[in-house]
Parts: sequence; structure tokens; C-alpha cells
Amino acid sequence: MTFAAELLPLALLGALLGLDVVSFPQAMVSRPLVSATLAGALVGQPGQGLIAGAVLELFALDTLPFGASRYPEWGTAGVVGGALFALQHDDSAAALPAAVCAALLVAWGAGWTMVALRRLIGRWAHGMRDALAQGSASAVTALQLRGLTADFVRGGAVTWLSLAVFLPLERALLSGATAGAAPSRVFLLALAGATAGSAIWRVIHTTKGARWFLAGGLAAGGGLVLAQ
Amino acid sequence: MTAGTPHLPFATRAAIFARLFAVQGSWNYETLLGNGIAFAVEPALRLLPGGKGGAAYRAALARQGGYFNAHPYLASVAVGALARAELEGEAPERIERFRTACSGPLGSVGDRLIWAGWLPACALLGLLAFGLGVSSAGVVLLFLGSYNAGHAALRAWGMRVGFRDGLRVAPALGAPFLRRGPSHVARATACLAGAALPLALHAVAGPALGTFTLLLAAAALGAAALTRLHGRVEGWSLAVVGLAAFILFAAVR
Repeated sequence: MTFAAELLPLALLGALLGLDVVSFPQAMVSRPLVSATLAGALVGQPGQGLIAGAVLELFALDTLPFGASRYPEWGTAGVVGGALFALQHDDSAAALPAAVCAALLVAWGAGWTMVALRRLIGRWAHGMRDALAQGSASAVTALQLRGLTADFVRGGAVTWLSLAVFLPLERALLSGATAGAAPSRVFLLALAGATAGSAIWRVIHTTKGARWFLAGGLAAGGGLVLAQ
Repeated sequence: MTAGTPHLPFATRAAIFARLFAVQGSWNYETLLGNGIAFAVEPALRLLPGGKGGAAYRAALARQGGYFNAHPYLASVAVGALARAELEGEAPERIERFRTACSGPLGSVGDRLIWAGWLPACALLGLLAFGLGVSSAGVVLLFLGSYNAGHAALRAWGMRVGFRDGLRVAPALGAPFLRRGPSHVARATACLAGAALPLALHAVAGPALGTFTLLLAAAALGAAALTRLHGRVEGWSLAVVGLAAFILFAAVR
């Protein structure tokens, strides 16, 4: 099987999970905790996918999908990040930071493809305005199906292209990397922890008593870490 | 249901509920959710005099396809209310006024309850499970199960109260779980975050406690800096630059 064909199952997963972000059904299977784990499972390493997904989820907490704003698209990004990390050897230097970095870039780029898709659907709606203004059920359904199909294709194309670019690039970069995996993970996790911590603080700080709940949770979490 | 409520057959209710999950299927900058609202409410409009394709049906469908914005889950409230209004033959001007008036509240209440509340809380629950060593399948099922229990229940509640109250649904948005829910969820989120963040970071970092203490201190300092710089610097974009530099350094060293 060619390299391009090998990526097709992952592209199909990216298409399905990309669709979940906004269009259907918004069940949050597109969150990195799920999407990266599923991608890892698809290549036979769900545990590796989950590790990448957990780190990406910490970043994703900073970018919640408010209203019509442009935000990173985590469905395809999670698939790319989970697959990239699961396809590397765990002990290869900087493998997790490389996979997460690629996934963050994909999330940013895929966010722009969502904006382009919304503009395209707007043009379709404009072109169908007479039929829609006359209350044509077939026009309403056609616009809905076009939007859903285009989003599915968008997610698949983003995933396939991203993996086609980042998989060989990551292998080339990591083959020459000399830094150990442990320090690279610490560097990555400090960034992820800072991002998540800041995001959570912004969500909870106006709620009365929430800081005490945070302190209580930290005491419990810290105690469990020590117990481990 | 009150005595005057029009009857909505089970199959129609089920069709509307299923379509609510695709309410954002043609989201665009022209009409936002408009076409999705028309798509979701369409099964109810078939009950209008003249049936599918009749004059009343076409007029109502055209009305419902106009500009509309709301949180996607709470759009169910509007869909239920609009279905009843159309079946009761409310004046088009009243329906238009309702569509305009309910967009803002349905957006802000949903954003606060779901995007800033329920979603991060469930994500942190999943991260806590990961940090405690739960299996991949367990983490995914816990997150999806908890999140979607609330998600599906909210859509079903919204459709039910929307259809029950019609254009007089506004008081339902003062329901205790919508008014006080965000505060309770925020406290749960705070507690979960406190427990989940150190455990999840430890699970990825590995067992060396000295390194982990340094990591936690760096994360806390970084979080304080990012909070202070909020609006000017985003954590995830800073991470892209930092990680790219780290990888290139590791590759060329």
C-alpha cells in the first residue's frame, strides 16, 4: 500500500471528528482527549494517543468555542497529534513535543479552513436565496446537506494533508534530535500546565468561593501525586 | 402541557430532536443558524393546513430560515417555541420579534453554562481519570458519557419547554439550573482542576519528583503570567513558537 493510501483511515477519522466540532452532532468526540486517543487506537497505540490527547486537552481548555469567533479546530488536530505520537517510538527524543507542536499548528490552520467553509456556505445560501425565500424545503435540506458534506470533506482533507506533511518531516527532524525525551516533556508540560491553569482561572475567578475549591482540589491532587 | 397546546405526534418530535443535532450544519456568516432552525422546525410545519408544500408551510419555512443566532444546544428552546407559534398561527410580526429577542439570551446563557462550565468540567474529569491511571477506553467513555448526559438532556429540556410555553418561554430561561448552575459548575470545575492538573502532568512527566516539583512551579508561574497578559498573548500560540524552537534546537544540536 502506498503512503498516501495508508493515511486514508486516519483521514476518514479526521473527517468524522472534524464534522463534530460545529456541524454534527457536537458531542465533543472532537475534543483532543477523544480524537487523539481514537487516532492512537487506529494505529494500534491507544495509550500513546491518550498521552498526546491529554496534553492537547490542556491547551484546548484555553480556546473554548464561543459564538462566531474564530478558534482552533481540535478534531482534526487531535487525530494528527495522536497519530504522530503513536507512530513514533516513545523513547525517541522530543517525540511528544514534536507531535503536539504539529497538532497545534494544524488546529490553527484548520480553524482558518472553518472560516473559509462558513464563507463558502454563505455564498451558497446567497445563490439559493430565491428558493429559500419561497420556503422551498428541498433548498433548505440541500443547503444543510451541502454544508455537512463540505465540512466532512474539509476535515478529511486537512487530516490527510497534515499527516502527509508532518509525518515525514517529524521523522526527519527527530532522527537528528539528541535531547532526551524527559527534559523535552518537562518543557512541554510546563507550557501546557501554564496554559490550562490560566484558562481555568479565567473561568472560575469571578465565582464566589471557587478559589477555595481550587485550593482543596490542589491539596487532594498533590497528595495523590505524593502517594503515587 | 396546557389544554391549548397543539398536538405534536411522537414521530414529529423525534424528527425535530434528531435534526437539532445538525442545527449548525449550514452555519454561515449570512444567516448564522437560520437555515438550521428552518431544517429543525420543518417536520412540525408539515402539520400546518395544506400540509407539506402548502402556502402556510412555505411561508413559515421561509420565515424560519432568516438570520438567527443562539447557543447550538439552547437553540432547541427556540425551535420548540417557534414550532408551537407556527402551529398556533401566531402573527408573523410576533414571530419575528421573538426570533430577534431570544437570540441574545439563548447565546449568552448557553455560552456560560456549556462552553465556560460543563465542557471544561467534563474535560477535567477526563484528565483526572487519566492522571489516576484509568485505561484509554475508560477515560474516553467517562468524558463522553458525562458530557453528553448533560448535552442531550439540555437539548431535550429546551425543546420540551419551548413547545410547552411557545412565545412565552422567556421565564423558563430563569430556571434555577440556568441561573445558579454556572456557579455550581464553576466550583466543581475549580475542584476538578486543582486535582486533575497535577495528576495529569505527573502522569505524562514520569515519576521523578524533583523534576515534577520544578514543573509545577514553572506551570504556576506561567499561568500567572498568561493570566496577566490575557488578550495580548495566547498560551497555545506561545507554545507553538516555544516548541518549534525546542525541536529545532534538539535536531541541530
